[in-house]
Parts: sequence; structure tokens; C-alpha cells
Amino acid sequence: MTERPDKIRCDACPVMCYVAEGKAGACDRYANIDGQIIRVDPLTLLDARIKAGDEVKPFLTGDWDGGLVDSGQTFVTAIGAGTTYPDYKPAPFIVSQQIDGVDMVTVVTEAIFSYCGAKVKIDTDRHLGAEAATVRVAGEAVGHVMTSEYGSQMLSLGGVDHLTGGSKTEGRVTCDALMKLCNREAVEMTVDGGSTVVVQAGAAPIVDGKAEARMRVGCGSATIGMFASQWRGLVDEVVVVDDHITGVVSEHQAGKVLGWEETGIKILGRRSTPGRYFQVADPGLGWGGTNIDDPLAILGPWNPKKGARPGLRLMMVSTTGEQFAYYELDADLQPVKLDLPQTLRRSVELIDENCEPALCTVLFMGGAGGSLRSGVTQNPVKLTRSVKAQHTTVTCGGAPVYIWPGGGITLMVDVMQMPEKSFGYVPTPAIVAPLEFTMPRAEYAQLGGHLASIRTVADILQTGGEYGKDSRVISPAPSDLPWHRL
Amino acid sequence: MNAGAQVRMLDDRRLHLHHGPIDLIIEAFGRDWQRALKAAEVRFDSILNELVAELPLLRTPLGDVRPKGAVAQRMAAAVKPFSDMFVTPMAAVAGSVADEVLAAMCAACALEKAYVNNGGDIAFWLTKGQDLTAAIHSGCDAGRVRLGWDQTGRGLASSGWRGRSYSLGIADAVTVVAANAAMADAAATLIANAVDLPGHPAVLRAPACDLSPDSDLGMRLVTTGVGDLRPADVAQALVAGKQVAEQMQARGFISAAALFLAGEVVMLGGLDLTKGVEDARLQIA
Repeated sequence: MTERPDKIRCDACPVMCYVAEGKAGACDRYANIDGQIIRVDPLTLLDARIKAGDEVKPFLTGDWDGGLVDSGQTFVTAIGAGTTYPDYKPAPFIVSQQIDGVDMVTVVTEAIFSYCGAKVKIDTDRHLGAEAATVRVAGEAVGHVMTSEYGSQMLSLGGVDHLTGGSKTEGRVTCDALMKLCNREAVEMTVDGGSTVVVQAGAAPIVDGKAEARMRVGCGSATIGMFASQWRGLVDEVVVVDDHITGVVSEHQAGKVLGWEETGIKILGRRSTPGRYFQVADPGLGWGGTNIDDPLAILGPWNPKKGARPGLRLMMVSTTGEQFAYYELDADLQPVKLDLPQTLRRSVELIDENCEPALCTVLFMGGAGGSLRSGVTQNPVKLTRSVKAQHTTVTCGGAPVYIWPGGGITLMVDVMQMPEKSFGYVPTPAIVAPLEFTMPRAEYAQLGGHLASIRTVADILQTGGEYGKDSRVISPAPSDLPWHRL
Repeated sequence: MNAGAQVRMLDDRRLHLHHGPIDLIIEAFGRDWQRALKAAEVRFDSILNELVAELPLLRTPLGDVRPKGAVAQRMAAAVKPFSDMFVTPMAAVAGSVADEVLAAMCAACALEKAYVNNGGDIAFWLTKGQDLTAAIHSGCDAGRVRLGWDQTGRGLASSGWRGRSYSLGIADAVTVVAANAAMADAAATLIANAVDLPGHPAVLRAPACDLSPDSDLGMRLVTTGVGDLRPADVAQALVAGKQVAEQMQARGFISAAALFLAGEVVMLGGLDLTKGVEDARLQIA
């Protein structure tokens, strides 16, 4: 390296201060540390050779084993890369390295997303609120309830209308909530006319103060379908209580094919098809996502003409197996609660075992259109086309992304696969997220890439980017690094 | 990387404008206060670039070539009366930016009260019956200044070696009220420079250009630390500063000043200063 000048010029703002070693510029925001203008978070590097699950390691140039880079297994991520907005200069890093014998170029930048949000999947049977109900954080509207999915409630949070279309406070709260969610922090939100839920990526949801343990194995009808044969002969009737569809084995098709006999049971709910009932109760924190604590509340009188008889054995169970009860009809055809026989216990445990842990998952979704592409190439639409043709792979902090078909580069990424604290914000307000484009060198040239700006990984590790050389090597996403698929 | 000006509301009332080294906190009162904030935002957008265009000129003492930009001319006008001392227009840069933005706000609509706070150098506007209270920080909380509509000043500025700009003197803070923020800024800078004990061993100094290569102060020694001072030393330094302040007041450039050093304060011009929450009137020297 050449001898370091004792003062360097900062180009973070038009003043273009010369900043002396160890001092800050006129703004007190950018400083000259060891001959470099330093901004905020250190750059993050993913090392493919560190096994998944390893702790984050601080990376110091002095301790660096050059072999890591020679192996071509270090992936430079965009976290802490710095960015400009609007973008008119080449991206902070344009890196060249050999991957599997192919000369690859990765363009590394932090992108400012005004059009962005989080799609949140909350594994719970609990009714959190009606579809399209507004979701609030600290009283500000930050999103809404989406169409629910199998076993999960879905939220759509953020987006340009909340970030910049509402009041300043709404934008600020939305931006803050998005950043926290994407950085895997817990955020408490309330649904208009519904519940209060604490959402944290990778953690169980907390609904109205109660942590969810598991997601139901299926609706009541599905549970009947899965377990009917195992109950045959052990019990005369099984009711699987569920907020969506409550199942009754003796009436259900799955019971019929096994020759299950009528029991004269009466379910207080709206019958859908035989053995399947909607709306047996209101949504709540009780059995199977309903508001009932005593399951007998959903039963009407037993009809002896249709098979009800003293001694008839009844099991009631929720779709998670968390609640269960066993009854036998007395002489007056009233259910009497008894201990669950050992023979049935196993089938309840099986329901429980087949339930997956309740989890909140957060997908960051954003549109990487606009001017940031010009930091990658001089012909931005070619980048879009190259991504669509899968010649260029897009990653966020090294994590694989799903690119939505159609125009633009609209991407979704699981924040759990990204390094921690990958997201930042600007006061616009908008979210700052790392973004990398990886492609063969020849492809990059064809796109009109900034070839003169290409640097080697070794050089990046040695000297860093425009605003800092501190970098950290962290474990990659559990799967292979996405560019191996190229 | 040259980011543009940034705009955001700090809360429902106050606007924060930021660009490079400039941070403005702005609040306006009156029916059209939102229009005033918009005018501030619009005017602010190009201010830094206007200044940068003439930076080399603004970093040298006034000569035959006069700056062209509106803010730059405010700076030049503020330091012009003090050409007998070493001073460049940069001594008034913060106050001049505040004045310029406040002027744009007042031109946009009728306001009852407004202020533009540029890192402690404040331009304000008061109509009948209005007042403004500012806190003064001199390394510790030095008290509150009440600025009334019936007083002449519409600019308040503080300077001292503990602040963001370099000082040739040792004052913890010098707070000045003047007709506008640019004049208050220039005067506070020069009075703070004059609160000094040349050659005193307890005072640490370094060439300004070593700390900040671009500094308009060049090789001049700026204060980087002040050790324990005897009461007599403190008095001597404050008197030196007070003399300069009195001359400025006599010439009509400032209306009031408070000079802070090592827990002592010297005041002139009837500044309405109260100490913290105790509301005890400080002794006026």
C-alpha cells in the first residue's frame, strides 16, 4: 500500500472537508480513522467455510487468514456498504472472484427502499382480527390483516402508503416497526377489533399476553381424517374442536368409511358437510382457537333415536391436542367427565406431536427498481432483464430471495436467513437493506457494468469500502450460498 | 457520497433540516405555521451548495472581492464592523443561515413567533406579547435566557472552545444577543476569542489546521483544554472579554452578552438570565 496521507477528503456532503487523522469533519458525523472516512456499521462478510450456527466473529485485517479468500468462499454482503440516494455513482463495492472456476462479479450495495414492507405469517389458530382490519403500532396504522393461510394468520405491514403517504408520525412509526421486525426484534401490534399480538421473527407469537406453543395439526375435519382409524374401537364418538371447522367422527366421511355408527350427538354450529361444522363458538383463547373453556357448551341434547345410549364413550380434543376431555353418558344421557383412558392418551399425544411449533416468520418485501440499478450498470433495464433471465442472482445480505414475476425487481427474503441487524433506515422515511447482484463477469460487461470499479475480494478485505474497512465474517445461511446455483 | 438536504419533523411541531454540517431546528407559531415550515424547507434545499460555491472566499478575511450569495452576504455584513480583529465571514456562518431561513419563513406568511436554531445560533421572530426562552450550555447548564418582544434583539448566539467551532479563547461560553443571528454569531465568536490568558500554562492549544485542515483559522492556536485556573486568572480573562463586548455594545452592534468561565459569569446589557430551575437571578458583574 502507498503511504497514507495525514488528511483525507470526505465526500459525504458538498462541503468536502479535509479531515485530519483521528478527527471528525465539520459535521461530526464522518471521521478519519486510520486514513479512512468512517461512517456507521461495519461491512459484513459471509464465510462459506464457517459452519451454520457459528457465532458472529469480529473480523480484523491483521488476523485474517488469506486462505479464506483464495478459496473463493467468502461472500461480500452489502450490510454496511453505504449508499447514495439518488444513486448516480457506481455501487459501493463491485467485487470480482472465482467461484467454482467461473469468474464472477458481485455488485454490493445498500438499497434505500421506499416501496417496501414486511409480510408476516403468524402460526396460530387464534383469530387476530378480521381480514383487511387495520394493524397498529403505538396507535399508528402500519398495515392490515391479509387473507389467512392454513393454520396461520397473515399480516401485511409497511408499504409506501404508510411510510410516506400518511402523517409524519405514521411514517416514522411504520419505518421503526419494519426495521425492528426485519432485524428480528419483537414488535407489539394491535388489530382493530381484534387482538394484541407480539411478533418477533423466529419466535412464537404472543397473543393477548399468552404465548402460543404450537400450530394446529389441521382443522377439526382434517384431524378427524388423520386419526379416525386410530380411535376406532377405543371410543364411540370423537369431537375435534376448532375455530374454523369442528369435526365429528361418527358423521364425518372418514368415520363413515370405517363403519362408524351414529351416536345421536348434536353440535351447536352451522353444518357444512356431514361431520364438519363452522362457527361452533366465537374466536378466542380457549379450545382450538374458540372462546370456549367447557367443550360441552357446543353440544346439544343427545338423541336416543339416533343412537345415543347410556355408557356411550365420548372424547373431545382440540386441534393442537393441548385440550382434551373424556366423557361417558349416564342413564339420563348426560355426559359425565372421567379420566382419559390410557388407550386414548396416545392418540391425543399424536395430535400434539404432529403440531409444529408456532412461529412468526417475517419476509421483507421490496422493489429494487429505480435508480439504484444505475449503481450496478449504466443500462439499468438490462439488469432487470438479466435478473429475470436468471443470469444474475439477487441476494440480500447473502440470503436467497424470491423475485416476483413481471416488471421490475420486486423481491422477498426471509429475514431469518439474513445476518442479524441487516436493516437500517433513512429519515425519508425508508428502509435501508443490503442487496447484492452476482453474475458472470462476461454478463456484467454485457450489461454495461462499471468494469473499471471492479475490485478483488482480497482488496475489499484489506482496504474496505468508501466509508469503512471494518468487516465481520459471519456464518452463511443454512443452505448453500445462493450463487452456487448459478 | 454527497447526500442532499434531509427534512423531517421531530414531532408534530418542530422541523429538522439537515445537510452536511448544518442542522436546523425550526418552530413557527401562528395560523399559517405549516406554510412557514414549508418555506424554510424550500429555502434550505440549496443553502449548503450556495455556501460551498464560495467557501474559499468565505474562509479568508474580507477583501475587495465581496461574496455573491445571499447567506454569504449576510456573513460578510456581520463581520465587516470587526475588520480591526482577525475574522473571516465563517465566524457568522451559522447565524447567517438561521437569519436567511427565518427571513424566508417570515416572507411566506404572517407569524406570531418563530425561531430557527442552527446549533445554538438562533434567529427568532417575536410579535407583540411574545417571548422565547433559551437554555445556555457552557459545559454544564448555565441557565435560561428570556427574550422578550419588547427587546431589540432578534438573534442569539453562543461561542466557546467547548462548542463545535474552534475558539482562540478559553471562555466556556459567550452568549450574545444582537439584532440578528449573524451579528450575534460573529460577536460571540470574537468576544469568546478575547476571553483569554495568553501564554498561561494551564491552557492547551493546537494549530487549527492540525485539527481541521480546512479551518479558516489556519496556523492560529486554538484552545483544546483548560486546566485549573486561579480566581484572579479567571477574572483577568473575563475582563479582557468584557472590554471587547463593551466596545461592541457601545458601537451598537450587540444589545447584551453573558461571558462564562470556570463557574463565573460576567454580564452586560441586562440579559434576562435565570439559573436553572431555581430561578435565582445571577449577580451581574
